[in-house]
Amino acid sequence: MKIEVLGSGCKRCHALAEQAEAALKELGIQAELEHVTDLKRILGYGVLSTPALVVEGKVKCQGRMPSQEELKAWLQEGAR
Amino acid sequence: MVYGGLRPAADWLTYDLMGLGRGRHLGESVNFFFYDIAKIFLLLLVVIYCVTLIRRSFSPQRVRRALGGKREGVGNIMAAGLGVVTPFCSCSACPLFIGFVESGIPLGVTFSFLISSPLVNEVALVMLAGMFGLRVAGLYVAAGMITAVLGGLLIGRLRLEDQVERFGVAVNNDEAEERISFGQRSREAWAHTKGLIRKVGPWVVLGIAVGALIHGYVPVDLVARWAGKDNPWAVPIAVVIALPLYSNAAGMAPIAQALYAKGMAMGTVLAFFMAVVGLSAPEFIILKQVIKPKLLALFAGILTLSFILFGYLFNAIL
Repeated sequence: MKIEVLGSGCKRCHALAEQAEAALKELGIQAELEHVTDLKRILGYGVLSTPALVVEGKVKCQGRMPSQEELKAWLQEGAR
Repeated sequence: MVYGGLRPAADWLTYDLMGLGRGRHLGESVNFFFYDIAKIFLLLLVVIYCVTLIRRSFSPQRVRRALGGKREGVGNIMAAGLGVVTPFCSCSACPLFIGFVESGIPLGVTFSFLISSPLVNEVALVMLAGMFGLRVAGLYVAAGMITAVLGGLLIGRLRLEDQVERFGVAVNNDEAEERISFGQRSREAWAHTKGLIRKVGPWVVLGIAVGALIHGYVPVDLVARWAGKDNPWAVPIAVVIALPLYSNAAGMAPIAQALYAKGMAMGTVLAFFMAVVGLSAPEFIILKQVIKPKLLALFAGILTLSFILFGYLFNAIL
């Protein structure tokens, strides 16, 4: 599974990346986590506000911090 | 009003429980401190929650669609209005800006949004309304919107499209939008409200504490002499002082209010406050990636000039 955190490298983007990593560990899911700072790629996803989370090429949320439950649900869904 | 109970509570805490004297410097300062803190936090809680709930319906994608194909003029006014309900954090400034421009929204219209969105925000409005009343908050909104519309129109007229970095990405609009239920929306709004209050809270307390000290200790004629209506340099100096205090509306409002009570002119206070909220160094640094120096300098210059002019205007009419 491939997970991307989109963001320019601000505090909230790092927080989202950490949250995703923690959730992966807790669920015991193996995944590749990438922090995307390249503006072109961010825009390519149609994202206008960061941080955003992309699971398996699909934008799950943007411009906000998802709750832990949401995050886990997306990761489990993506792992299937 | 809910505030009815706050005044006696603050009085009781200060004069009865802590045994501080009425009319004394320390007593007055402490009383002011308790009353303002209770008032501001109550306001912040209610307003941020409501605004967050409403704004979930105004995603940047939707704003972009609404602005697509709008002419200049109408588009600038709409963009300034939508900027009020749609915030973005400064780290989103680049994708937002480029995403708007590349989808064909005129540069000037994009700038109207870019100016009004951070300038007219709910924390600044709560602080102004709580400290100075609704009339002053209303004047602030009007000044912010006019700055956004005229600033955007001017930038649009100057044909500076070559000042923007081109990325040439295909814009897909509907992909990245999510739908959520009302229950989830209100839970989210609550979480956001708590987070935001936790962030600005310490600044509010600090600002009110400093304000309270000014209230209790700083002599009136000192402030009136330096920042009163008679000093023509007060407005530009206030704007320059505000530059490094970016985006700390929460902490600066109570201090500005205390200075106002001591004789600082209202227009000077508002110019100062607009510059604190609207001129953000981190945002400019981030935008440097996508906007060339000439346009960026023009953007900052327009804002600075507008805040100074509004300062003089309000000093003249208030």
